[in-house]
Amino acid sequence: MSERRALAATPLWQLTRVRMVGFLREPEAVFWVFAFPVLMALALGIAFRSSGPPRSRIGVVDGPGAAAVITALQAAHDLEVVRVASSDAEAALRRGRIAVLVRPGDPGAPVLTFDPTRAETRLAQLATVEALEHAAGRRDVVGATLDTRVRAGSRYIDFLIPGLIGLNLLGTGMWGIGFPIATARQQKLLKRMLATPMRRSDYLLSHMLARLVWLVMEVVAVLGFGMLAFGVQVRGSWLAFALVNLLGAVTFSALGLLVASRARTIEAVSGLMNVTMMPMWLLSGSFFSADRFPTAMQWLVQALPLTAVNNALRAIMSEGAGLLTVATPLGIIVAWGVASFFAALALFRWE
Amino acid sequence: MSAPAPSVPRVDPAIRVRGLAKRYADVVAVNGVDLEIRAGECFGLLGPNGAGKTTTIEILEGLNRPDEGDVQVLGQRWTGGADRALRERLGIQLQETKLQEKVSVLETIELFRSFYRRGPDPDEVLRRVALEEKRNAWVVKLSGGQRQRLSLACALVNDPELLFLDEPTTGLDPQSRRQLWDLIDEFRDRGGTTLLTTHYMDEAERLCDRVAIMDHGRVIALGTPAELIASLGAEHVVEFSVAGTLDVASVERLLSVRQVRQEAGGFALIVVEPHIAIPALLAELARQNVELHRLTTHHATLEDVFVSMTGRTLRDE
Repeated sequence: MSERRALAATPLWQLTRVRMVGFLREPEAVFWVFAFPVLMALALGIAFRSSGPPRSRIGVVDGPGAAAVITALQAAHDLEVVRVASSDAEAALRRGRIAVLVRPGDPGAPVLTFDPTRAETRLAQLATVEALEHAAGRRDVVGATLDTRVRAGSRYIDFLIPGLIGLNLLGTGMWGIGFPIATARQQKLLKRMLATPMRRSDYLLSHMLARLVWLVMEVVAVLGFGMLAFGVQVRGSWLAFALVNLLGAVTFSALGLLVASRARTIEAVSGLMNVTMMPMWLLSGSFFSADRFPTAMQWLVQALPLTAVNNALRAIMSEGAGLLTVATPLGIIVAWGVASFFAALALFRWE
Repeated sequence: MSAPAPSVPRVDPAIRVRGLAKRYADVVAVNGVDLEIRAGECFGLLGPNGAGKTTTIEILEGLNRPDEGDVQVLGQRWTGGADRALRERLGIQLQETKLQEKVSVLETIELFRSFYRRGPDPDEVLRRVALEEKRNAWVVKLSGGQRQRLSLACALVNDPELLFLDEPTTGLDPQSRRQLWDLIDEFRDRGGTTLLTTHYMDEAERLCDRVAIMDHGRVIALGTPAELIASLGAEHVVEFSVAGTLDVASVERLLSVRQVRQEAGGFALIVVEPHIAIPALLAELARQNVELHRLTTHHATLEDVFVSMTGRTLRDE
């Protein structure tokens, strides 16, 4: 009977199970992997939501001629007009309660005060001038037709969700693999297991397997939330989407393995992980486009594995790309994964 | 359970060590150790911290490589080729292994059990170490003694022929220590061979058939606890302290006294017959006009053997 080895009695199964229950029983770990990205998507999605055209607030100084100016401005849909006392006018402008201050010139032309360096106030000023000119009888000559439908896929939340998935793949791969290995080494559990006939490859493989189980759960959490709450879509191939996630997760796990391959203490591994992750947090375009960095830096930015994951996920989700279109980022991801894994194997310290 | 045993006694030793040496950057940890541990015996490596016990046992466990010397464990050398087959036959408990905290007792045993081809069911292992009631408790909730028994259970999941225990009871309360001692006795009663390290001489006397006393990487004494104590030449120790200065030479010449040594806060005599030595000592103190502050006697222990050989106590660094 003890010779019969059901699947449940194999070392790989047991190691993977212990890894998983050990993780699921750490509330902090569960929070950072599942709840945190969802909360982040919620907060950023609400802060940057698209809720119709923005309305600018225009202040009109009370006095003779104010009534005529207010009537003229109220004809424009994107302006909200308030009447301000002459004594409060400067303060209202300074505090940003109004974008543009209009002093009716009675007699003579009105005077507009605004900050020309901000796009928002500049737009408000243009709309104000237009409204005043229309009221005075100006007619449009070109008569352009305006198409104002908002395209799904181009909103900030559509940009953000793939970035959050990429960031999460990185974080879970690093923390989920590096941390338990460094802990086991520090507490001599690695050495204890080495004293049994356990295969070393089973041990490393069990970390990867457990990682892939969480992968499904965390991607479903973030993507599902984006779809339900904000109508985010995967326009391209689901197969390509799954493959990018899988390869990304494996690559970041290999990177986690590499970071943990020699560290003797939790402190050392934490430091190494932050050093590895911080440049990617900043440069890889999870929260804003990586194109904003200067051209001289782009070779570095584009070579980072998280940039490749983010680019591939965005191409598939927003642009409807298929596998072939994301071949370049996939190549970068695989190269990082293979290099990290073999470096980790060569460097790994069991004691 | 076993085949009818042939009447030929097993002569192969469980462990044979010749000329073992291990150096680290600036320390010689093990300096020429020879040992032979017989199948079925419980053997103790006794010595203070830093004597080289852990380095020696880890080399025998195949977890550390010697610089010099030949090591055979169950008739096999650590080479890399058949190491996994040898590990199937060993049970190992390391000093200070921390098992994963939020994993249950049963899950931990099932994990270790899965590494071996054969062995008892996890429930049977739990029963042997008396942890059935804690089977679903997380490791973090266990007391020190329970954790140590779980650690022993992990070393017993494969019914090993040879059990290595590195400081198995360090830091435990007296009751937990006795519980562990009983478990180690049971293992030996089932025919297993045990090699343990300890710096508690009472533990070595209680558990071990034979002990090797180590100091500075060498074996300085080897034998049964009774033999080693007998090597003092007498088996009683009289400890006393006095006010003022004592002429030690004349105490040494007293009837029945074999050895005098100075200790922190007093003197210790190794004597053959206390009922002769003590009156003689009292008379000598009176003659020297020195006032006696304290006087106690005890049976000689392995601690006394160590002190008489090195001039230091086992607890000294």
